Amino acid sequence: MAEVLIVVEATREFGVKKVTLELLTLARQLGSPSAVVLGGPGAVERLSDKLAEYGAEKIYAAESEEIDGYLVAPKATVVAELVKRVQPAAVLLAASQEGKEIAGRLAVKLDNGVLSDIVDLAADGTATQVAFAGSTIVKSKVTRGLPLATLRPNSLAPAPAPATPAVEQVEVQLGAADKLTRVVERVAEQKGARPELTEASVVVSGGRGVGSADGFKLVEDLADALGGAVGASRAAVDAGYYPHQFQVGQTGKTVTPQLYIALGISGAIQHRAGMQTSKTIVAVNKADDAPIWELADFGVVGKLEEVVPQAIEEIRKRK
Amino acid sequence: MNIVVLVKQVPDSGSERSLRTDDNTVDRESANNVINEMDEYAIEEALKIKEASGGDITILTMGPDKATDTIRKALSMSRGSVFIDRAVHVVDPALHGSCAVATSKVLAAALGTLNADLVLCGAESTDGRVQVLPHMLAERLGIAALTGARKLTIDGGTLTVERQTEEGYEVITASTPAVVSVWDTINEPGYPSFKGIMAAKKKPVQTLSLADLGVAAGDVGFDGATSAVVEHAKRPPRTGGTRITNEGEGGVKLVEFLASEKFV
Ligand SMILES: Cc1cc2nc3c(=O)[nH]c(=O)nc-3n(C[C@H](O)[C@H](O)[C@H](O)COP(=O)(O)OP(=O)(O)OC[C@H]3O[C@@H](n4cnc5c(N)ncnc54)[C@H](O)[C@@H]3O)c2cc1C
Ligand SMILES: Nc1ncnc2c1ncn2[C@@H]1O[C@H](COP(=O)(O)O)[C@@H](O)[C@H]1O
Repeated sequence: MAEVLIVVEATREFGVKKVTLELLTLARQLGSPSAVVLGGPGAVERLSDKLAEYGAEKIYAAESEEIDGYLVAPKATVVAELVKRVQPAAVLLAASQEGKEIAGRLAVKLDNGVLSDIVDLAADGTATQVAFAGSTIVKSKVTRGLPLATLRPNSLAPAPAPATPAVEQVEVQLGAADKLTRVVERVAEQKGARPELTEASVVVSGGRGVGSADGFKLVEDLADALGGAVGASRAAVDAGYYPHQFQVGQTGKTVTPQLYIALGISGAIQHRAGMQTSKTIVAVNKADDAPIWELADFGVVGKLEEVVPQAIEEIRKRK
Repeated sequence: MNIVVLVKQVPDSGSERSLRTDDNTVDRESANNVINEMDEYAIEEALKIKEASGGDITILTMGPDKATDTIRKALSMSRGSVFIDRAVHVVDPALHGSCAVATSKVLAAALGTLNADLVLCGAESTDGRVQVLPHMLAERLGIAALTGARKLTIDGGTLTVERQTEEGYEVITASTPAVVSVWDTINEPGYPSFKGIMAAKKKPVQTLSLADLGVAAGDVGFDGATSAVVEHAKRPPRTGGTRITNEGEGGVKLVEFLASEKFV
């Protein structure tokens, strides 16, 4: 079976990202999954168990200080060389900022089409994308080169399938063009142990209706009671209630959790763009004519200051 | 500093958008077309740089004839007495249906004629949302890319960017020439002024065809496309479900629903 190259994403704190496990699960339907680990020395050792558990038949280890020391370009160079050598059936990355950027460079290097933010890929190379604020389903195909695509997190359920991967060291050979942008510092601002927004199975978001930065404590408490991530509408971010990296919508993150709870969010089309494909949507809003009711599976018309503390209390009682 | 700002015309994300049924491309004909929101922040950043240390600003757009509206809108942005200098519009019937790879080829060719120290663009466009163009351009031009900026500082020929990431931010740095893509956190564009709107009318807009750029028509549009939309359909809209009014039991009812769906 032909190899399918998966570019691994990981965080220092949580290790292999869930979207990478989804990629491995998807790759098993298309061929033999090979995980490409790009990072500093020791990266593979930290990640290999998890990759094996989800079916990686092979691990390509590209470990070098220079990979983390410069932005994106070195990763694209290493993967492009691998693609030329291995001739895989497909190359799949996460639809994160960096995943899309690596994919873009690969497309130019290999003169190959690229599909961004897919939610599925069939064995014949047909991808599914969700466009225009979740209103349109698009089937698309790479027509030049091999299927090269980035997968939106939470598109499928990762399933374990233990394998015993062979680890192959890959030589990292970079040119001057790969070292133009230096990474000086990486700063983590994510608070506490909450799951990452795009990967969380529960997201609790607050809007302008939350009223203040202090009011977001309530949003956080409900998220913590449900083991979820916290999100925010653009209005809440613009008002300074919550940091921008948690913004959900057209100009923020796209999330596809099992459960999305909107607190004090009207449901404008730009917000919907980022959460419309959530499995179940719940809302609390004091206005009974808010657009959010057009898509909420369950809703409480009422003040969130009254409804949410009671809900948190009730969840605690049931635990 | 010689600055080029990339500006794309897109269908307004606030109104109904669709794909054409005849050739599967974005329906730009019947749409309400506007400037890609993120690109306004790129323009504002260019104006701020010119205000602080002088320079020259060119707007570069690849788009159909009607993209002229967007170009005029871009030209009318100003900061006090700081204005944009000119625009370049790449327009050619053969460009219709171009994929991201082809678009990057055309914009790279146009940039080749403009000798920019700094190329500013939005982090993503709201129609395709592919978020690939800035790195594609850097790859083609062999220059640095500093993408996803929430802050840009310039010290002579050295650029330093705070790049937004999922976990927080990264501090990245490079020398000019470079491509910098920005998020809407980077600044706060002002309202268009009467002076700016009047000034925009007098600014030169140069149009370039594929032939002018030396790009073969077969490399772009449908003939040169590296990917294709094979079919599309509207998703059935979501429908509202149960709604209750809080009469003191709203929180408990909410949790009962969550429990019935096995979330609690
Ligand atoms: C939802 C969606 C997702 C997509 N995802 C991807 C993806 O992941 N990767 C990818 O490579 N492509 C993607 N595309 C593009 C796709 O692959 C096809 O190539 C698509 O059919 C053409 O894009 P378009 O609809 O924007 O075409 P067009 O409307 O023809 O536009 C393509 C580009 O050409 C410009 N243009 C159009 N006419 C002219 C003219 N006369 N003169 C100058 N410029 C002109 C437009 O402004 C635009 O920048 C996506 C498109 C959509 C709608
Ligand atoms: N046709 C175009 N003309 C000019 N600039 C463009 C065009 N397409 C994309 N861009 C620029 O590239 C940025 C990122 O776009 P994208 O990679 O398509 O999401 C946009 O915000 C624009 O600044």
